[in-house]
Amino acid sequence: MTATTKRIESPAAGLTERVRSSLSVIGSQEFILAALIVVLSLLIYSYNPRFGAERNLLNILSNSAYIAVAAIGMTLVIITGNIDISIAALIGVLGTISGQLAVHGYPVWIAWLAPVVVGILIEGVIGYFVAFLRIPAIVVTLGMASILRGGLILATGGAWIYDLPQDFFLSQKQPLGIPMPIYFMVALVILAALWMRYSPAGRAIYAIGGNKEAARLSGLSEQRVLMMVFLINGLMVGVASVLYTTQFTTIQSSVPSGLELTVITAAVVGGVSILGGSGTVIGALMGAILIRTINSGMIFVNVSAYWLQAVQGIMILLTVLVDIVRRRRQMAAIGRQ
Amino acid sequence: MPPILELEHISKRFPGVQALSDVGFDVLQGEVHALVGENGAGKSTLIKVISGVHKPDTGEMRLNGEPVEFDNPRQAQHAGIATIYQELGLYPDLSVAENIFMGHTPRNSLGMVDWPRMREQSREILASLEIFNLDVSRKVGTLTVGNRQRVEIAKALSQNARILIMDEPTAALTEADVEQLFKIVRLLQERGVSIIYISHRMQEIFTLADRVTVLRDGHYIGTKQVSDTNESDLINMMVGRTVDNLFPKLETEIGEPVLEVRDLWRKPFTLGVDLTLRAGEIVGLAGLIGSGRSELAQVIFGITPAKGGEILVDGKKVTVRHPGDAMRLGIAYVPEDRGTQGLIKQMTVRDNISLAILRSLTQGPFINRTEERSLARRMIDQLNIRAYSPSQVVEKLSGGNQQKVVVSKWLASKPRVLIMDEPTRGIDVGAKAEIHRLMSELAQQGMAVLMISSEMPEILGMSDRIIVMREGHVVAEFSREEATQERVATAMMSATNGGATIVPPIPAIEQQEGITK
Repeated sequence: MTATTKRIESPAAGLTERVRSSLSVIGSQEFILAALIVVLSLLIYSYNPRFGAERNLLNILSNSAYIAVAAIGMTLVIITGNIDISIAALIGVLGTISGQLAVHGYPVWIAWLAPVVVGILIEGVIGYFVAFLRIPAIVVTLGMASILRGGLILATGGAWIYDLPQDFFLSQKQPLGIPMPIYFMVALVILAALWMRYSPAGRAIYAIGGNKEAARLSGLSEQRVLMMVFLINGLMVGVASVLYTTQFTTIQSSVPSGLELTVITAAVVGGVSILGGSGTVIGALMGAILIRTINSGMIFVNVSAYWLQAVQGIMILLTVLVDIVRRRRQMAAIGRQ
Repeated sequence: MPPILELEHISKRFPGVQALSDVGFDVLQGEVHALVGENGAGKSTLIKVISGVHKPDTGEMRLNGEPVEFDNPRQAQHAGIATIYQELGLYPDLSVAENIFMGHTPRNSLGMVDWPRMREQSREILASLEIFNLDVSRKVGTLTVGNRQRVEIAKALSQNARILIMDEPTAALTEADVEQLFKIVRLLQERGVSIIYISHRMQEIFTLADRVTVLRDGHYIGTKQVSDTNESDLINMMVGRTVDNLFPKLETEIGEPVLEVRDLWRKPFTLGVDLTLRAGEIVGLAGLIGSGRSELAQVIFGITPAKGGEILVDGKKVTVRHPGDAMRLGIAYVPEDRGTQGLIKQMTVRDNISLAILRSLTQGPFINRTEERSLARRMIDQLNIRAYSPSQVVEKLSGGNQQKVVVSKWLASKPRVLIMDEPTRGIDVGAKAEIHRLMSELAQQGMAVLMISSEMPEILGMSDRIIVMREGHVVAEFSREEATQERVATAMMSATNGGATIVPPIPAIEQQEGITK
């Protein structure tokens, strides 16, 4: 093994490396989705120019926010090879807690903070069952969803909450003319993206999801990482519940139907592999915005909003299909070597 | 009498290895034909060809004189060839009778399962094997290993098997079960069933078999009447290769003990092991698959922590409860299977190399990327890893380069004790030589290396000292000068010890306890 097999360091190799890496940015799920959002928006705009109004575009982003924030947590959960189908029920419960506190005269900051704390606690319980008792997350969160849903109806009798103090409506505030949820979405996505990419904890999440046996042999604790992931998920779901709840003037004390599927779709369409180990928070953000763009676009092109569910379903199946085909190709390519 | 099964010129290639080359084999009616060879000699591949799991690349197989080709195991079963694998292929939640008739359940006139007939026929088959105390309605999962094996044999007979392949049937059995198995084998033989019997235990071959065929490195070495041969003759046939001087072992100064292990226990594979590793020393750990070598490494590294005994580092007693503990003590473990235990395949070369030392690369909340990249570049240079950049995904590297990435990860942790489990398995000759040279250099720099290997030339070529394990015990130790292929192989396989320096007795009771999981 002499110079002939030495790593090639010629300028040409450096160039291919650069070409490869720029190609990989263009070929990345995030880039494809961003392009898709732009193309789709232009199509809808050409059909109905009112879609392009600044107000409408800000609305799309603002309405994406709670989905995107919840999708941050979901991204982490799915990367570790788990899933959380209890978040819609949890958001319903947390929103109701928040509204009840506000309507009973507690300061609004308590009404905003309480759901975040309770969200962390409940996801902590889920994390304990998954990480330490080794019960599959789908079972734990299915059970938790049922408990939360039933508990919510028992506790409130389904009564709506009216007469909330004006201060309470965080999502309706517009500092500098931009809806508040957009600030939360941007700040949390940037923080989470940096943390996932550059912190040792973020690396550990990818490692556990990629190959937990190898990660364990490298001295990482699967239990600790899973626990952390569910706690962060609780934090994100808590924030998402406040963003979701404070956009309306009344609180229905019910579980937002299908929200867990919307959030999972955002993450998966955003490139988070359902088999674990890969995906990014930015991708999940793009997924959330894409869903909202389609939703809004349907109104502008006069398609019934009921199609949205079906469209989401098709998106998730297509994305998973593409992911699986890509993996098979890679496996085949490696097998041939 | 013509043979019932004949194989001629069988070759089979897998990516990276020629598993079988030009192998011939035949079986007579009613004979027990033993198939022997070292780990990786090609026995498993050969039986998988016979049982229809693998299709041979070349060669011919004849059953009762007729050429046959099997596309899948089902066709082989229909032709009367049944296989009992080491991992038993039964359904634990179904009853004995259901398992016996799986796939060809008797039906009544309505096309439904005929339960009474199925139970009756199951009882008959078991009775024909002189098994009377087995309730056919019991769930298989509740049976002992020995009884489960009997169900497997009954299942084979229910399909009218004429040839029965048994792959290490006694590996997990207690002594009483072994005796009963022998009885069943003889009964089958009397009924004209032929048995292909794979075993590492010499004693069994001489008790049971009529003929024995030896394979080595995928080649056919020879077939003998058991009555015309003896143990050392067979061992010679199994190992008789020339040791080429591929191994750049450097002479090193051997220092103080770094790692000592005293009476280490963790059932069922680690049964009171003593071991000492000194600075600058490469110790080869030899043994058959299942002898407890990897399990010992995993106990030392805290993957499956010890239940009894002591581990000492630099003469001080330490506790190792998980891999993190072992790492802090300066122990590193390059696992046997880089795919499932060594690498995160979706990650880059750089991220894999830094994985075990992320904490020490972290400044404030974030990983120091500059330092991480330069670590990766250093390792890529030092180990000559052929990757186009540190940010290449490891999945796309060749096996040898992947292995070097795993080794890099552990060298990055600057260990004092390096345990390498099958460090060169499945990698090409060039990469192999590089890994060997690296091991040698590391030892010269004062690292203590424990090398687990199933390859005799590697064990003999690289080790300063060789330790042999069998059935959870250290059974022999040889210095570099004392060790020969024959002596090491004899210690691995037989109850006699091949003239080794240390031979602790094997207490019979412990052995039994160890085997029942």
